[in-house]
Amino acid sequence: MLKVEQQQPVEFSPALIQKFDEITGRYPEGKQKSALLPILHEVQAEFGWLSVPAMDKVALYLDIQDIEVYEVASFYSMYFLKPQGKYVLEVCRTGPCCLVGAEKLMTHIESSLGVKENEVTPDGLFSWRGVECLAACGFGPVLQIGPEYTFYENLNAEKVDELIADLRKK
Amino acid sequence: MGRKLLLEHINVPGINTFDVYRQKGGYRAVEKALKMTPDEVVEEVKKSGLRGRGGAGFPTGMKWSFLAKPEGVARYLVCNADESEPGTFKDRFLMTHIPHALIEGMIVSSFALGAKTSYIYVRGEMMPQIRILERAIAEAKNAGFLGKNILGSGYDLELYVQPGGGAYICGEETALLESLEGKRGNPRIKPPFPAIAGLYGCPTVVNNVESIAATVPIINDGGDEYAKIGIGRSTGTKLISASGNLVKPGVYEIELGLSVEEFLYSDEYCGGIANGKRLKATVAGGSSVPVLPANLSLKLANGEPRLMSYESLSEGGFATGTMMGSGGFIAFDEDQCIVRNTWNFSRFYHHESCGQCSPCREGTGWMEKVLHRLEYGHGKMSDIDLLVDVSKKIEGNTICPLGDAAAWPVASAIRHFRDEFEWHVKEPVKALETNYGLANYAEPIKKVEVTS
Ligand SMILES: Cc1cc2nc3c(=O)[nH]c(=O)nc-3n(C[C@H](O)[C@H](O)[C@H](O)COP(=O)(O)O)c2cc1C
Ligand code: SF4
Ligand code: FES
Repeated sequence: MLKVEQQQPVEFSPALIQKFDEITGRYPEGKQKSALLPILHEVQAEFGWLSVPAMDKVALYLDIQDIEVYEVASFYSMYFLKPQGKYVLEVCRTGPCCLVGAEKLMTHIESSLGVKENEVTPDGLFSWRGVECLAACGFGPVLQIGPEYTFYENLNAEKVDELIADLRKK
Repeated sequence: MGRKLLLEHINVPGINTFDVYRQKGGYRAVEKALKMTPDEVVEEVKKSGLRGRGGAGFPTGMKWSFLAKPEGVARYLVCNADESEPGTFKDRFLMTHIPHALIEGMIVSSFALGAKTSYIYVRGEMMPQIRILERAIAEAKNAGFLGKNILGSGYDLELYVQPGGGAYICGEETALLESLEGKRGNPRIKPPFPAIAGLYGCPTVVNNVESIAATVPIINDGGDEYAKIGIGRSTGTKLISASGNLVKPGVYEIELGLSVEEFLYSDEYCGGIANGKRLKATVAGGSSVPVLPANLSLKLANGEPRLMSYESLSEGGFATGTMMGSGGFIAFDEDQCIVRNTWNFSRFYHHESCGQCSPCREGTGWMEKVLHRLEYGHGKMSDIDLLVDVSKKIEGNTICPLGDAAAWPVASAIRHFRDEFEWHVKEPVKALETNYGLANYAEPIKKVEVTS
């Protein structure tokens, strides 16, 4: 469950608001709710996850009810309703990737990072989880890392360890 | 060599940029279409026989002609780039490498439909592709192919990219429209169909990325020329996503009508089964379509070769056939466990059910649970028929086809691989350590020669 101290009020920077304005301009007059998904991506890219105060602010900006934001944020798998590691390794766990070793790769990531699925490493740098097919099945196993959703294909244990080491150095 | 219409220039350096794409003949279809009437463009697409590449295979030209055109009401074209069907990765591939093929197709198609604002709904995980498309749109706009009064024709078009939030169900067209309106991806009850009341209640056409890109060669060469490629009612070329235990997995453009055997084993395409293993089974059209054992994948029940066409893949109905679906071709080698894969797919559908209809919401959960216990050695013999029973209760009883898509893989796996399920019950310990192997699912299959 969410802890109260994590629900700090948030400020949206003018640059962020400007992005919201640009997004909202893509839809006809009165249909600004269409901007909700893209705006939530922007907020998550900025803060790493979607806190209740952040969602309420989005509702205010779009002139919709808070619940309309919560129900969307909780429906879609990309939105995080809890803080995550700085890097979230999202590994495809679906059939075609499993035919070429995705399950073994996940076991390896678990032991390399030393945390279970959806847990954060003590240094706050990493968390990982299995996700469903990422539309790269011919290049599996694959994983992605937000907020830019950089893609890593044809993975094996060594390549993942290199990736983790590189991210640690960043 | 089969003809390539979409991927012809895939290896040209810089083909992802406007300039190179244009040098290679890009945007000629826009120039040509804008000199035609919208109805003439629709007519060419009808003549081409193009069938929707998103999964259902509905004729694109016919779909376009259903679009309502009330005076003074906006119409929309929405491109479905949600691509989340396990085994399918052709749209991502096309958008990554030749984004202008989609942009050009969007302009041609929007013009044909009279849409002045069009959206490309891309699954949110494809953030890199979203950036690529946004750049391509900016380039096209700079060159006068988008925006106001395109090439002096008087036609205006704005094109926007919309990210999804990570939900397979948003590939279903009415769920996609809900999502584009900023809501949860709950499919709508049809009718009304999007052609009458779609985005914002306005007449809307939803088409797959590949369908839209295919309008470019159709306009360039004419619908009749396009229709000459392929076989019977399966006209043109199709992008096939090939995955699983193959020597060369990847995206291939084939002329419809190629034999499954040549596609799987020839060096021009998949190059055979990886590591010298033998083929056990295939899923020909993405995870939703029935799985077939190797022998039925390559041959029809009457022994004739099976072809990569809408008709041939579904030949024999569900008893001995499957479907073209989205063209996600998954190959399983002799070491793969059918029960485990069926459980994996069931978990997927359970995870992705939007939860609106109880047969789908509850049924997918039950199937996942029962398959899990079969796979992990706690299954009972009666579980096998229980699965068939649950799948029958889902099929046909839901708002959208996700229910069917969840039921078919389970029903077909049991239909063709029942002895493997029974073995999991009889030999639970063994089943955890090893696998059932090839059994009688495959015939000795030789490597075929390249035909070209
Ligand atoms: C659960 C479900 C998921 C779907 N996913 C996709 C998808 O990712 N991409 C797609 O183009 N069509 C998908 N479809 C099919 C669409 O509903 C629709 O038929 C298609 O986009 C129409 O385009 P087309 O006529 O060009 O094929 C899906 C359908 C269902 C029921
Ligand atoms: S069939 Fe499943 S996914 Fe489709 S509307 Fe019903 S519950 Fe939702
Ligand atoms: S199954 Fe892993 S990307 Fe499709």
